[in-house]
Amino acid sequence: MSDIFPKWTNQLPVKIIAGAILAATTGVAGVWYYFTPKYTRVGYQPIQPVPFSHAVHAGQLGVDCRYCHTDVEESWYSNIPAAETCMKCHNQVLPNDPRLAVVRESAATGEPIPWVQIHKTPDYVYFNHSAHVNRGVSCVECHGQVDQMDEVYHAKPFSMTFCLDCHRNPAAKLRPPDKITDLTWKWSDDPEAAAKAQKENGSKFVTDWKVESMENCSACHR
Amino acid sequence: MRYFLAVAMMLGVLLLGVVGFRDTTTRRTPIEVFPDMDRQPKLRPQAEDAFFADNRGSRRPVEGTMARMTPMTMGASGSSELVYGYEDLPVNTGHLTGVTNYVENIPLTVSGELLERGMGRYQINCQPCHGALGDGNGITRKLGMVVVANLHDPRIIKMPDGELFHVITSGRNLMSNYAAQVSVKDRWSIIAYIRALQRSRLASIDDVPEQLRSTLTK
Ligand code: HEC
Ligand code: HEC
Ligand code: HEC
Ligand code: HEC
Ligand code: HEC
Ligand code: HEC
Repeated sequence: MSDIFPKWTNQLPVKIIAGAILAATTGVAGVWYYFTPKYTRVGYQPIQPVPFSHAVHAGQLGVDCRYCHTDVEESWYSNIPAAETCMKCHNQVLPNDPRLAVVRESAATGEPIPWVQIHKTPDYVYFNHSAHVNRGVSCVECHGQVDQMDEVYHAKPFSMTFCLDCHRNPAAKLRPPDKITDLTWKWSDDPEAAAKAQKENGSKFVTDWKVESMENCSACHR
Repeated sequence: MRYFLAVAMMLGVLLLGVVGFRDTTTRRTPIEVFPDMDRQPKLRPQAEDAFFADNRGSRRPVEGTMARMTPMTMGASGSSELVYGYEDLPVNTGHLTGVTNYVENIPLTVSGELLERGMGRYQINCQPCHGALGDGNGITRKLGMVVVANLHDPRIIKMPDGELFHVITSGRNLMSNYAAQVSVKDRWSIIAYIRALQRSRLASIDDVPEQLRSTLTK
């Protein structure tokens, strides 16, 4: 018999099982780690046609988000500004800079600048900026510290859990509506006092503005 | 077994090298794992759309037309007097009806509410250049802006409100227009706020109510 099954085959079943377990664990771990928007989306930072920096314009210059993203309070869609908006300043500031050549050309011809869209929910999801921004949800909750980014990247996963985590308990995130575009704003510099103020004021906002906790599937999938 | 483990390890490291970790920035477009119905053939604003000859999903208005609109309320919120954007009225044009003379005063009811709105809109749209105080020393002045008007200039103080409206709507010289950014009502609210700013520099002690004068400090 030993001719047909040499001695080493005695260990074969164990080895196969061990190998299978290893492969399965790696597979599951891989899916858990990689097949999620935390990996597939977060960090997406496409090359833009103009090296436009939010850190310079929104951070250093302190220009309000709504100077450029004018529709964010009125519409579901937060518009990317036209080249004319850039030229309001850049007709005097850096008027001949080569980095702005695309902007000047767009303003002159009316051809849009081919910005690459970064944040995009699937088409079966209904999202609305005005519903959030007018209810005291800051840009920073969903887009991260844009005012410190030289190039915008996808900072949050935008998975269904991400949306629902806040919808289950909006009180933990709401802030005064005039502070939504101030991304570094805090209730207080002391984290403990800030947490306390958030707790008190958050639940006060929820009752005052009758904020609903929207968990119905039809809120987002209509 | 040793070889198997070695190969598995190598494959693992290779894979990690290719796909990387979470929380690192990447130029690669996001993978849609189950792409069912993620991208449907519908119009998205500001996106490309091959349906139209110029490839633009967002359409521009046809020459000589304006968008259908909800009417604007003339007074404070809740007022019943309504105005449509196409009507030739001072509130829409800054001119008196039928002539080119500027309207002297803001045609809307100026309320605390309107002033507060004006302050917010001024800070968003005008402050970067004209400064928080309206003196033309906004942040852009320090970074390359050469000419910015000082809104406390006697010439601008004497301007009729309709002319200020005209400057915001159509621009003037080196200042481009804000018609697309600022709605008609918001333009008047900004003007109300600018008048308040100008007033703050022109005020004399007589403007302060008698009983409050003692509370003033230098
Ligand atoms: C001077 C104009 C300007 C200002 C001010 C500005 N933005 Fe932007 N923003 C842009 C332009 C242009 C783009 C498109 C290019 C890019 O993605 O960098 C953009 C892109 C973005 C995007 C990515 C959009 C996408 O494709 O998904 C986000 C998010 C964003 N801005 C948020 C903000 C926030 C928050 C603020 C306020 C702190 C702000 N922006 C202020 C001009 C501006
Ligand atoms: C409020 C006025 C203002 C607006 C609006 C504005 N910019 Fe600027 N931008 C500036 C100033 C001021 C600087 C110079 C900053 C400096 O010198 O450090 C600048 C610098 C830049 C630079 C040089 C890059 C760098 O890092 O210094 C680029 C590129 C640029 N802007 C693109 C744009 C684009 C694109 C838009 C339209 C979406 C825009 N800007 C709108 C004021 C503005
Ligand atoms: C509740 C979360 C949330 C908040 C708060 C939020 N955004 Fe967004 N933002 C999104 C989502 C989701 C998208 C992708 C929408 C889509 O599919 O087009 C997006 C997209 C954008 C875009 C790209 C254009 C678009 O609408 O798709 C810009 C620009 C932007 N946001 C700016 C802002 C600014 C500025 C603010 C603050 C005033 C803000 N956002 C607040 C979730 C948010
Ligand atoms: C930081 C908190 C927060 C996050 C994150 C958030 N939301 Fe909301 N959402 C709110 C609040 C607050 C409201 C307002 C509820 C109300 O009006 O009573 C709301 C309302 C909505 C509405 C109802 C709008 C309407 O017109 O009825 C939709 C749809 C919605 N959210 C979708 C989303 C989606 C999709 C995401 C994820 C991309 C998301 N939200 C992420 C806080 C959040
Ligand atoms: C707060 C908004 C919100 C609510 C409420 C919500 N969803 Fe979602 N849902 C989303 C978003 C955002 C996505 C897209 C996630 C992504 O792209 O990673 C999604 C995706 C899905 C998907 C597709 C998953 C996939 O990857 O193919 C299904 C199925 C789904 N939701 C079912 C439901 C059901 C059932 C309910 C009610 C119990 C519900 N959703 C309630 C926001 C919501
Ligand atoms: C991008 C910078 C910039 C912004 C933002 C800006 N302005 Fe100006 N403004 C200018 C410049 C530059 C001038 C000087 C124009 C000239 O004389 O060539 C000016 C001039 C003016 C004048 C005087 C016009 C005259 O007859 O001399 C008024 C009034 C005015 N601006 C109002 C506003 C209001 C109201 C806003 C906000 C909606 C605003 N500006 C936003 C740059 C700006």
